[in-house]
Amino acid sequence: MQDAGSGWALEVEDLTVAYADQPVLWDVDLQVPAGVKMAIIGPNGAGKSTLVKAAMGLVRPVAGEVRIFGRPRESARGQIAYVPQRATLSWDFPTDVLDVVTMGTYGRLGWFHRSGAVQRQLAEAALEQVGMTAFLRRPIAELSGGQQQRVLLGRALVQDAPINILDEPFQGVDAPTERAIIGVLDGLAEEGKTIIVVHHDLQTVPEYFDSVLLLNVRAIDSGPVSEVFTEENLRLTFGGRVGVLETREIEV
Amino acid sequence: MSPELEIVLIGVVTAVAAALPGTYLVLRRTALVSDAISHAILPGIVVAFFFTHDLNSPLLLVAAAATGVLAVVLIEALIRSRLVPEDASIGLVFPALFSIGVILISRYAGGVHLDTDSVLLGELAFAPFDRLVLNGVDLGPRALWTMGAILILNLVVIGLAWKELKLATVDASLAALLGFSPALIHYSLMTMVSITAVGAFDAVGSILVVALMIAPPATAYLLVDRFAPMLWLGAIVAAASAVLGYGVAFLLDVSIAGSMAGACGLFFLIAFLFAPRRGLLAQGRRRAVQRLDLGVRMLVVHLLHHQDTEAAEEECGLPRLHHHLKWSVGRTQQVVREAERRTLVERSGELLRATDTGRRLAEAAVTGEFLILNSASCKNRGPKLV
Repeated sequence: MQDAGSGWALEVEDLTVAYADQPVLWDVDLQVPAGVKMAIIGPNGAGKSTLVKAAMGLVRPVAGEVRIFGRPRESARGQIAYVPQRATLSWDFPTDVLDVVTMGTYGRLGWFHRSGAVQRQLAEAALEQVGMTAFLRRPIAELSGGQQQRVLLGRALVQDAPINILDEPFQGVDAPTERAIIGVLDGLAEEGKTIIVVHHDLQTVPEYFDSVLLLNVRAIDSGPVSEVFTEENLRLTFGGRVGVLETREIEV
Repeated sequence: MSPELEIVLIGVVTAVAAALPGTYLVLRRTALVSDAISHAILPGIVVAFFFTHDLNSPLLLVAAAATGVLAVVLIEALIRSRLVPEDASIGLVFPALFSIGVILISRYAGGVHLDTDSVLLGELAFAPFDRLVLNGVDLGPRALWTMGAILILNLVVIGLAWKELKLATVDASLAALLGFSPALIHYSLMTMVSITAVGAFDAVGSILVVALMIAPPATAYLLVDRFAPMLWLGAIVAAASAVLGYGVAFLLDVSIAGSMAGACGLFFLIAFLFAPRRGLLAQGRRRAVQRLDLGVRMLVVHLLHHQDTEAAEEECGLPRLHHHLKWSVGRTQQVVREAERRTLVERSGELLRATDTGRRLAEAAVTGEFLILNSASCKNRGPKLV
């Protein structure tokens, strides 16, 4: 499936997304090499979630193009597995952990085909990877925040996609879950999969990731952590906004 | 078949047909859309009647269902404009469409069967008089055939698109990502709701369609925690409401449709109060247990803090304990009794002391094991839906 010629797992070109007339992303260019573990960091409202949603076609851009392994996004279905923010899912739906993770297999099944024993085994294997084997039959309404996050990760794993995008997976989870998620991501990286994580904790960027995108409506810089994750760049990403806040306060 | 049996049968089939799509509406938090659709179909029926002059024409069903879907489109367009809040959009669209229907009836259709009373309440009692006759053979009441066909249609759609409907309800963005257009699924469901509402409209009227669509699934939601059982239990509750409603209407000589809706409400009320895990009483009991449990842990931690200090007599003595914990005397006695029962504390004279078991519990509470305690308290989260 992968186009060896391009070398980029994900390419974003001149991407602009606006809600009404308010640009959330402004002319963003990004090239993600296959096999990296990339963090997307930036202040609140920088457009981090919007960028990954636009990359997957969940948000419609005003302008720009997204290519996945060198092909237009529209013709590259099944290449991206997504771990959304927890609130995306209706956790009060009456079903259990195994069923939610099995939903990750629906894409391969296509319309109207029901899931069966094969899909169940895939889901069980994914749940084992995220340490949730003991909770297969637990109703999803009864899960803690960390368990919910593990379920969403399991649902992404079962899709077995070459690109995995996670939106704030460490938000509000306990320390063991954070370690478990990192373990799973490292495993995916060893398989040569590309990992893109919307992240908010600057401290852990060098430890968890090898590349980084600094985003604040515009793409400030992206590349290997060792080159791009500099004080200068962080000030460009976060500092500007602080300045705006200060002037507003003075006006008030 | 006696007319009575025919009425009950039409009621049961209508109620089950309505409860099936209603289950999705309840879980998608769009219950009020059923209200909108069941009213908005009226102008469709009236306009189609102008063209066909036949209340039994299938065209009526198609036109009415189309108006129902139109109502959904208009509501969503209003919501997207961001000029009106979501619930207000529903409240704006369906009275507009419904009033068009009412005006059209009162102006042009005064003499025919379409009158405003039957629109609101249906006329199930007269349903057996309207027969489906083919080549001179009486095949039974027409409403039974119509609703039967709609019930089968709903079963087929749900059976076929089982995983798609479920996926789009649990997580629409995953559905989109996996290539199952949530918009397509949404409008298919809305079409199903519209067709069901049109069919049920004739039997039970527009207001009571809402009761049949929403109350039985909401009842089932409180009683089970898997989707398939919720769907079937909702259908069973709906059927039982139809039977019970007819019985009450027969005994008291009151409106059949009204009694059926009342029975739906009664079943919901019973589940709301007495559901084993999610009911009001079960929740109250659980909260009391949790409060007691928390009190016991607080007591043990308090004792451990002070029991080997000079202030032990003041802090751990029964007479002053309630004062230090800022509890009422009654609650303090209750918590102490419970802690003693669990052998977490022991008493020597007036002085309380945490036991070794109590010490272990307290240590567990302040180290990593709070995670397990947390997940245990999440276990029986109440319903957020209704």
